[in-house]
Amino acid sequence: MNSFRAFVALLVFPGLLYALPMGWLMLGIERKLKARFQGRIGPPLSQPFYDAVKLLAKMPVNRVASDLGFLVGLPLLAVGSTIGALALLPVFRGETGFVGDIVVLVGLLEMPPLCLILAGYASRSIYGEVGATREALVGIVSNVPFLAALVAMAASSGSLLSSQIAAATPWAVRVPALIAILFCLPIKLRLNPFSLANAEQELLAGPLTEFDGPRLALWELAHAMEWTALTGFVIVFAVPVRSQFWYVNATIFVILSLALVPLLTLLASSTARLKITQATRMMWQWGSLIAAIALAAAVFGRSGGH
Amino acid sequence: MSGSERGLILRLVERARRRSAWLYHFNAGACNGCDIELVTCLTPRYDVEQAGIRLEASPRHADILCVSGPVTRTTREALVTIYGQIPDPKVVVAIGSCPATCNVFAGSPVIDGPVDKIIPVDIYIPGCPPRPHAIIEGISRAIEKLAVRKTESVAGGR
Repeated sequence: MNSFRAFVALLVFPGLLYALPMGWLMLGIERKLKARFQGRIGPPLSQPFYDAVKLLAKMPVNRVASDLGFLVGLPLLAVGSTIGALALLPVFRGETGFVGDIVVLVGLLEMPPLCLILAGYASRSIYGEVGATREALVGIVSNVPFLAALVAMAASSGSLLSSQIAAATPWAVRVPALIAILFCLPIKLRLNPFSLANAEQELLAGPLTEFDGPRLALWELAHAMEWTALTGFVIVFAVPVRSQFWYVNATIFVILSLALVPLLTLLASSTARLKITQATRMMWQWGSLIAAIALAAAVFGRSGGH
Repeated sequence: MSGSERGLILRLVERARRRSAWLYHFNAGACNGCDIELVTCLTPRYDVEQAGIRLEASPRHADILCVSGPVTRTTREALVTIYGQIPDPKVVVAIGSCPATCNVFAGSPVIDGPVDKIIPVDIYIPGCPPRPHAIIEGISRAIEKLAVRKTESVAGGR
C-alpha cells in the first residue's frame, strides 16, 4: 500500500468521506425501520445528519479546564481510530496491506469502546460509571468469541494478512467464525438486546451522560462510523473473491454492508434489553460455542491437510 | 462572499434545530398526570419522532426543558442546576397548570413556584393535564423559538 493509496483509503473510500454519510444513512435506516416495526412513521432518513448539525452548533456549558482533555480528546480518539480501522479494510484486489494488519485493524476497532469506558469513568457521574462498568463487562465477554473467531480464520488461512485471510479461509471455518462475529455485532454497536451500557432512561445516557453539544456530536460521529466499520468488517471477510474492477468491489461492499442494517434493526426492535447476567451468560454459552466450532474446524482442517 | 456563506450555514443550523429538538423532562413535584401525557406523545398514535423530537435522559443533551409540577422546595435547587446544565440555545416549556400558576397548591408553604419565579419560561401549555395535542402544539412553538434563538454563553452551569 503506497502512501497515496493509504491517503485515499483514509480520507475517501472506505475512510472519512464515505464512512460518515454511510454511517448517517445506516443510523437513519435503523431509526426509520425501528419506528416502522413499532407501527410508527418515524424520523426521515436524514435525521442523524440534522442531529449532528444541531449538536455541533450548540454552545457547550463552561467546564473545569482539566475536564476538557477527556471531553474532547476521547471522542476525537474514537473518531480517528475508527477511520484508521476503515482504511485497513481489504475491500479491493490489489490491496496487499502489510503482515499483521489484522491485529492493527482489530486494535483500532476496539478503541471506540475503550474510549467510551474511559469517558464514563472520567466523567465522575454515577450513571457514567455504571455505564462504563457495563460496557467493559460486555466488551470482555463479546471479545472472547470475536477474537477466537478471528484466530480461527487466521490459523486456517495461515496468514496474518487481512486480504489473505479474506481470500484463503476455508468455508468450514469461515461460516461459524462469521456467525460468531455477527453475534458480537449488536454488543459492539450497543443495540438491543445488548444495549446495557447506554440503557436509555435506566442509566440516563450511560457513559455519555456528561457530554454536551459538539463533544456529544463527536461521539455520534464516532458511533455512525462504527456502524460502517463493523458492518464492513463482516462483509470484507464474508466475500472471498475480489473483482479486478474497483467499482464492482466497492458496490458489493456497500450493498452488503447496507443489507446487514435491517437484520440488526429487526433483532433490536424485536427484543427487550437483557440483564447483565443474562447477556454475559448468553455470550459465554452460545457465542463461545460457535467460536469453539470455528476453532475446532480450523485445527482439524490444518491437521487433515498436512 | 463570506456573508452569503455564513448565511448558508446559519440557515442550515436553523433547519437542523427545527428538525431535531431533544427534550428533557423535569418533574418538579407534579402529580404524574402531565408526565404521562408527555410520554403519550412518543407513542405510535402521536409519534413526535417524525419531527425528530426525542426524549433525552440527560439534560446536557437537551434543547428544550419541559417542566411539570409547581416546584416544591426540595426540587427548586435541582431545577436551577439542570437549567444551567442545558447548553445554549435552550427553551423552557411549562407543561400543565401547576408550573404556570401553582394550580391547587398555590399558597402552600412547601411550594416555591411558579416556575417563572425561578427560571425564565418561554411557552406555557395550560391544562390539568393538557391533552397530547396541546403539548405537541406547545412544543412545536417552542421549536420555532429555539430555531431563531441566538447562542449566548451562560456561566451558571456546573
